Amino acid sequence: MTGEIRLHVSDLTIRIGPPGPDVVSEISFAVAAGEVLGLVGESGSGKTTVALALLGHARRGLHIASGEVRLDGVNLLALPKGDLREVRGARVAYVPQDPSAALNPTLRVGAQVAEALRVHPGVVEDPAARAVEVLREARLDATPDTLRRYPHQLSGGQQQRVALAMAFCCRPRLIVLDEPTTGLDVSTQRHVLDTVRSLCGSYGVAAVYVSHDLAVVGGLVGEVAVMYAGRIVERGPTAKVFADPIHPYTRRLLAAVPSPDRAEELTGIEGQPPRPGRRGAGCSFAPRCDFVIDECRVAPPAPVAIDSRAVRCIRAEEIRGPSASRPASAPRKSSADRAAALSLRSVSARYGRRLVLSGVDLDVPRESCVALVGESGSGKTTLARCIAGLHTSWSGQIMFDGTRLEPGLRGRTKDTLRRVQYIFQNPYASLNPRKTIGQIVAQPLEPLLGLPFRHRAERAASALADVSLSADFLDRYPDQLSGGERQRVAIARALVVEPDLLICDEVTSALDVSVQAVIVEQLRRLQRERQLAMIFITHNLALVRSIAQTAVVLCDGAVVESGPVDQVLEHPANPYTVALIKDAPVLSGRE
Amino acid sequence: MAVAAPSVAGTSPRGTSRMVRHPWLSTAWRAARTLRGVVGLSLSGSIVLIAIIGPFVTPDPPDALLTLTFAKPSSHFPLGSDFLGRDVLSRVLDGGWVLLVMAALATALGIIAGAAAGISAAYLRGRSDALIMRTVDVILAFPQLVFALLLLSVLGPQLWLIVLAVGLSHAPQVARVIRSATLNISERDYVKVAELQGMRPRRIMTSEILPNLVSPLTVETGLRLTYSIVIMAGLSFLGFGQQPPAANWGLMINENRTGLPLNPWAVIVPAALIALLTIGTNTFTDAFARVAIGIDRPPEESALIDELTLRESR
Repeated sequence: MTGEIRLHVSDLTIRIGPPGPDVVSEISFAVAAGEVLGLVGESGSGKTTVALALLGHARRGLHIASGEVRLDGVNLLALPKGDLREVRGARVAYVPQDPSAALNPTLRVGAQVAEALRVHPGVVEDPAARAVEVLREARLDATPDTLRRYPHQLSGGQQQRVALAMAFCCRPRLIVLDEPTTGLDVSTQRHVLDTVRSLCGSYGVAAVYVSHDLAVVGGLVGEVAVMYAGRIVERGPTAKVFADPIHPYTRRLLAAVPSPDRAEELTGIEGQPPRPGRRGAGCSFAPRCDFVIDECRVAPPAPVAIDSRAVRCIRAEEIRGPSASRPASAPRKSSADRAAALSLRSVSARYGRRLVLSGVDLDVPRESCVALVGESGSGKTTLARCIAGLHTSWSGQIMFDGTRLEPGLRGRTKDTLRRVQYIFQNPYASLNPRKTIGQIVAQPLEPLLGLPFRHRAERAASALADVSLSADFLDRYPDQLSGGERQRVAIARALVVEPDLLICDEVTSALDVSVQAVIVEQLRRLQRERQLAMIFITHNLALVRSIAQTAVVLCDGAVVESGPVDQVLEHPANPYTVALIKDAPVLSGRE
Repeated sequence: MAVAAPSVAGTSPRGTSRMVRHPWLSTAWRAARTLRGVVGLSLSGSIVLIAIIGPFVTPDPPDALLTLTFAKPSSHFPLGSDFLGRDVLSRVLDGGWVLLVMAALATALGIIAGAAAGISAAYLRGRSDALIMRTVDVILAFPQLVFALLLLSVLGPQLWLIVLAVGLSHAPQVARVIRSATLNISERDYVKVAELQGMRPRRIMTSEILPNLVSPLTVETGLRLTYSIVIMAGLSFLGFGQQPPAANWGLMINENRTGLPLNPWAVIVPAALIALLTIGTNTFTDAFARVAIGIDRPPEESALIDELTLRESR
């Protein structure tokens, strides 16, 4: 399977405009035929910039300052534009993150794939036959009916398979996959990943797999490169890097990844990575590093070769050793005997004529957290919206503390509105961009508590302090905040009115894993301190253990399993739960 | 919890720093520094300046009959004379401000009425939406100029009526644009949050939705301003604007077109001023729209970087 070195990247540096700061610096790696390299990093680490440079492309405003990208010995960065166009698609292929946006909505599937072949005449004799062949290889049933469909008639997983088929159709030498499974369900994700692996193996294609999801990468790639602030800080065999990380950043990153097997406290990384131009002279991770010494701040560390790895840390040799032991299990109180704060009886909901929830029963005990787990389309968000009053067309009964909740917001009293708070999935959409953080957090105080103006700033500041944000944030605007900070503001806004029930709808899915850990820990602490009842909606099974006492699994609008977290995760009774747990990516190296 | 309380007591969320970074002022400022912005602003700025200062620096009384009709430019009359032998330069200098003030008022009226209708239609949905938008459709069925003419021919050419007619003829078009922009915004999570907080619909429309419509509103304002000028000049040309002997750029084009071969300046200069003002305003609002929407900005990751560099260089 493994062959000669196919892709060789050396000292690749990309800058903002000709004189500007580096976005990525001194990137070097090599990938052999049939191998997959994982390029892992959090948002802003420069991984997509590197991925695009492998196709000889730099986005507007950026330019490739130095370095080489050699594919089979040819430096792509030195090729004239016309030659580069020949190479792209034919010898280097790209699979984008969002297939629904990347596929042309007006072309049928068959034509779509054949078009990729027609751009490079001479690759194959019969584009239509090849299209069917590659679609089969991508495990998409290439019946004439499928070929005649439009992209919007396919599911997300099928769309991604079409994109994969398009990438593989010219039999490229190198394929660059930019987070191809983000946004797909775990089972779909797993199947797509298997396809990628087998295609790369059977055609001797070198692949670079860009992802922020460590667990996904761990299951797929033989070698992994971890990026931080535009540099590869650690590169080596996946199994070794994951089992025994050396670079302090890799350690902290791995400690932040939740695991479905163990209940543990997650430790996130406080602060945020420095942006281009603010990276300082020394190691970029120094300000957040536990092992920092004065020397770290002098110059960016050169890679140290250690245990078949390259690590950019001057103390790599010293600090090596068993990684800091994972924190002990979080103590968990049983909640079975507590009275229910919220109880749902045979709740069914519709969107138009489509039934999305059918006969859901759910109890949320006081002072405890219930995790609502399910794939997209399982109805978990609809359920939360019914409880909150945002979705009105449902039947059944929702009792909250002995009072019956009306379907719409209009039928509810101010006190009910105050006591049930909702935190949205995407902190980039839930904060009004035209308001300051102070205005946003203080906003519910007037309608819900009738608090006079002079007290509001104080309350807002103390709510921000609860989520570890200083009062300096009061006058800032949401676009000046990172994703994690925004989500904390959203939490502060929910807690400022002292609710009794908190509904968290996928609150960490838009965040990086190190930030996710911080947010989850904060939510758990607040839930305990404030004795809140909480509904935590997630598609990430691994998170369930870290936060909830009870797990409820939803499938196609019905509860298929519910019970204490340990029982549901360890001894699942329902086949759907079993499959869900089996498909969930687990943090470990391949083989 | 108590950590921040003492230091915070004085820091109200309505602090001073909010003024420094007003989103649309900063967008306007950024737009003003692009090439388009500079060109547009200086063009329209100089025309407005001429209209404002003009009446105070006329070399001759604008209504006085001083020389032959359609006299060619001379040292005493740099732009020649018009069909009654009045000084064209003086009339050009005097004839701008009424037009501009009326255009501005009509624009303001059209934008306010249109935005109110558009936001309510999109946010309230249901019956209000149907009622407002069908009314809009009916008004849209008349060409703008015809709608204004209709009102004027019935009630006679009053200045306030011209403002009202032109303003109202803008409203439906503004309403359409603002409605579609609001439809998008009213589905955003922060609007849902406000609903969950029990905020009243009127308050949601003014404090959650309206501030996020600043870019389309600004672009519409620029566009409508130029349309107002053109329509009012057109009305003057047709004889429904200010009445003679008042000097007015639109009226001047009408009055002097018969003398075009004799003294073309009497037509060209007012026409050029109107054209330059229109081009200038459009260029600037175009620059504003580009900056606000971020047309020239690369996507995602480098958008972040771009934004940062912009902010740092600001």
